[in-house]
Amino acid sequence: MLLIRCPYCEEERPELEFRNAGEAHIARSANMAGESDDDFEKFFFIRSNPKGIIHERWRHMHGCARFFNAVRDTVTDKFIMTYKAGEPKPSKLPGVAK
Amino acid sequence: MSGAFRIPSAGRLSQAKTARFSFDGQSYAGIEGDTLASALLANGVHLVGRSFKYHRPRGILSAGAEEPNALVEIKRDAARKTPNVRATVQELYDGLAAQSQNRWPSLSFDVGAVNDIASPFFSAGFYYKTFMWPKAAWKSLYEPKIRAAAGLGVSPDQPDPDHYSSRYAHCDVLVLGGGAAGVAAALAAAETGVRVILADEQAEFGGSLRFESGARIDGQDGFAWAQGAVAKLAAMDNVRVLSRTTAFGYYAQNFVGLVERVSDHLKAPGHDLPRERLWQVRARRVVLASGAIERHMVFADNDRPGIMLAGAARTYLNHYGVAVGKNVGVYTANDSAYAAAIDLKKAGVNVAAIVDLRDNPTGPVIDEARALGIEVNFGRAVVRAGGKLRVSSMTVQPKNGGGERTIPVDAILMSAGWTPSVHLFSQSRGKVAFNDETKRFVPGTYAQDCVSVGACNGTDGLSASLDEAYAAGAKAARDANARDYGAKAAKGTKPKVDASESWSRGMLGAAPGAGPDTTVKAFVDFQNDVTAKDIRQAVHEGMHSIEHVKRFTTNGMATDQGKTSNMHGLAIAAETLGKPIPEVGLTTFRAPYTPVTFGAIVSHARGPLFDPTRRTAIHPWAEAQGAVFEDVGQWKRAWYFPKTGEDMHAAVDRECVAVRTKAGLFDASTLGKIEVVGPDAAKFMELLYTNPWEKLEPGRCRYGIMLREDGFIYDDGVVGRLAPDRFHVTTTTGGAPRVMNHMEDYLQTEFPHLNVWLTSITEQWAVIAVQGPKSRDIIAPLVEGIDMSDEALPHMSVREGKICGVPTRLFRMSFTGERGFEVNVPADYGQAVWEALWAEGQKHGAAAYGTEAMHVLRAEKGYIIVGQDTDGTVTPNDAGLDWAVGKKKADFVGIRGMARPDLVAKGRKQLVGLKTKDPKVVLEEGAQIVEDPKQAIPMKMIGHVTSSYWSQNCGRSIALALVAGGRDRMGDTLYVPMPNGVVEVEVTGMVFFDETGGRLNG
Repeated sequence: MLLIRCPYCEEERPELEFRNAGEAHIARSANMAGESDDDFEKFFFIRSNPKGIIHERWRHMHGCARFFNAVRDTVTDKFIMTYKAGEPKPSKLPGVAK
Repeated sequence: MSGAFRIPSAGRLSQAKTARFSFDGQSYAGIEGDTLASALLANGVHLVGRSFKYHRPRGILSAGAEEPNALVEIKRDAARKTPNVRATVQELYDGLAAQSQNRWPSLSFDVGAVNDIASPFFSAGFYYKTFMWPKAAWKSLYEPKIRAAAGLGVSPDQPDPDHYSSRYAHCDVLVLGGGAAGVAAALAAAETGVRVILADEQAEFGGSLRFESGARIDGQDGFAWAQGAVAKLAAMDNVRVLSRTTAFGYYAQNFVGLVERVSDHLKAPGHDLPRERLWQVRARRVVLASGAIERHMVFADNDRPGIMLAGAARTYLNHYGVAVGKNVGVYTANDSAYAAAIDLKKAGVNVAAIVDLRDNPTGPVIDEARALGIEVNFGRAVVRAGGKLRVSSMTVQPKNGGGERTIPVDAILMSAGWTPSVHLFSQSRGKVAFNDETKRFVPGTYAQDCVSVGACNGTDGLSASLDEAYAAGAKAARDANARDYGAKAAKGTKPKVDASESWSRGMLGAAPGAGPDTTVKAFVDFQNDVTAKDIRQAVHEGMHSIEHVKRFTTNGMATDQGKTSNMHGLAIAAETLGKPIPEVGLTTFRAPYTPVTFGAIVSHARGPLFDPTRRTAIHPWAEAQGAVFEDVGQWKRAWYFPKTGEDMHAAVDRECVAVRTKAGLFDASTLGKIEVVGPDAAKFMELLYTNPWEKLEPGRCRYGIMLREDGFIYDDGVVGRLAPDRFHVTTTTGGAPRVMNHMEDYLQTEFPHLNVWLTSITEQWAVIAVQGPKSRDIIAPLVEGIDMSDEALPHMSVREGKICGVPTRLFRMSFTGERGFEVNVPADYGQAVWEALWAEGQKHGAAAYGTEAMHVLRAEKGYIIVGQDTDGTVTPNDAGLDWAVGKKKADFVGIRGMARPDLVAKGRKQLVGLKTKDPKVVLEEGAQIVEDPKQAIPMKMIGHVTSSYWSQNCGRSIALALVAGGRDRMGDTLYVPMPNGVVEVEVTGMVFFDETGGRLNG
């Protein structure tokens, strides 16, 4: 069972308290109704599924209930860092070689 | 006397404490402190089981958890039968009853042993090759027969009456393994004051100090030192000592699963004791001190009872005071077996000969063996064992060929060397490295915050192991952020090793006489009956990866997980492939290290505690009325209220008619309820629902539809606007949690600029639906502060006031098509208000109705149930709900998805009504619909029935269905092919009762 640091609670808590909510940094268009079919396809259906670093959304479901973002390595399953919803993608990751 | 093979001068058990036990019905005497294996051996019993595939007689190989052969059934009573218990682990208690397994009619005469003679037909992969056809015979004939003939013990056939417990624990340093190294590491860590847990699978700590008679630490016998050190640890406040506790799994971030066997060793476990306790430990640092496991020699018929690991024989002698034979032979490729021979000889057992595969080994143990007068042969191999139910001889030959000599023996002690136990290290995702010089895999690259010490790290010698372990324990304590716990430098002193033993290398793979040119049965994996020949054959048949070899031969796949066999199997595969061992690689070690009971994992989460049960405030009333309940998610909902003599049909018909003619009361408390509050509440509702909300007057309600971004219906419910900034939203019963999550998701991440709070109020409000022509007459006398007239409180409105003196949110709304109300009251008052309304209702002939009548009534009106009439691929238009989509809105969740080409295409499945031509026929929900019932199978299916009921109010059956282009088929005849014939149906509108809706308004 993983330990996940909630950036709002500022505490590492067991995985059981959290729920994954899919890939992060996929913004909903401000002009949703006017999106083209292609853009909507990208927004709704296309996900990256990388081997390695992934940015994803998690919710501290059984804690503060906040959604936040996490950087996780899909190979090692390690959480590299977590940050609050709305914050930009971190440019530097702790402990990850380029 | 506790057995003819007990040597009173040897061992640590007190001869005075006798324990009686039985094996296959025969009664024996043992001593408290024995394992079942040591007690059997003390009585001269070696034959304890039959092998998995060939039903060969098997004896006791080891003295620990690695045992592949000695699996027995322990039976306490009819329900407490545990199969596949390792006799080497099971502690003896007075009255223990054990049975051998996988034999018929008896252990010494087993009909299944014909498999041994027929073994040429049962070679590796034979299951895959032999029973290929006819295909049908596999399920009916081959599989049941094979499963009956092969296999281990029989599963218990009654529910487990024992209870199990489960605990979480946190510590700074978790030490796994309580041999010399583990105890030293725990001492060093504990002395700094940090929280330490020390666990060992055995009843007593000490590990190999149990048999190493030559070990002396701090001036005392090694085993005695371990007992003293552990007693000292157990007395410390910061240390938890767990014996009989196996670390079975090493998971992410130093999360380790341990299972503690609490009462399997007790004669009469009290009911206050769990049978086992699962420990889930999160440790800042883990010290692995799991030791090493001795390997057997791979030679012909090396599985005969009486042939065992040398270290095991030594354990039986030095710890249990049991001689494993009277005239033993020794077959070895390393020094450690000499120590066994020496100990036995000194205890008065005759050692017929030591056969050493090595050419000219030297060392003190060899000198000592010779000095004791033991015959020592170098450069020779045991090429075969004689005997069947018990070994009777060993045949010795120079390893490069030559004359044979057969030596009579009643036991053979063997040692091919020691394999470091890297199981837990490997489970932690650490990478093992092959040491070419010592021919063993040792921990290489670490993946977690752990460290291996002692024999499992490939460290030889007690002194070096203790030094390494003590330093590692101190470092682990320091690294575990020790300052949090007021730690200081270790204040104790490192244990001093005064005398120790050291073992040299050994060999891997098949011994001479079991080489590639032979067809002998030289077992590599005893438990799965895998021989050296099987592994070579697998390679020859094209299995070039060790993972394929493993699966094809099943080597290492039995319950012992290849603890003794993996390295031999790997070496033979590597030799056959002509590759060095590290290139062939090791198979992955998987949890559990030893089998774990389902009971320990499930713990209390079974029966009524498996999943929470949710009951409404009105549940006790419904129960008292004799309601039949159904499960809806975690909720218990009243399904129907049968009166004496009524079946479900009669009850539902009566309830449905009562609602339409008089009134009905319904417990709707399980409806999901969410309060949406804040200055931007209306804006938020506009975005989350298809409907317009800004202009909804406070005090009015609206039926809302929620979509996902893909444009499909996600949930629905009536929403009341209590105030400009306050909405009382209802959701489906099952959908409440996901709707709340969906709303929170958008509020927190996409629309965080909106000033809105969301609160789940499902459990705060009990909801009593009062529906029917008399509903207002029932409610009105109890209500204060609300004008109940149709003008003041029209259909789809909400008021706050009081009922029975308690606050209420009174909705005028209907899921039945009748004049109706939903009375929300604080849950604590739910039952009292229900009872008051019930009393009023009795004056007007009202009935209580359950979920089944509710379903029928809503279907009569064509009201959909999300999740029943929709399935996640239905748009508002498909469901005939276009009217609920705000056409002028610029945005809402699903607005774009709904406009996708496929979702606006012609011919989509649309929700319609169906009337069977024969009104008495009730369709089956889920039944498929076709245009032409005479077409060839497979027919083209154009839709399916989503809801179907008998409607007493309509006097006929009614159904809803999703049908392709359904709204263009009004009046058409379609067909529902069923096993008993085709049902003819007419496509209709969805409303079957009161099509104009006049009854809603009274």
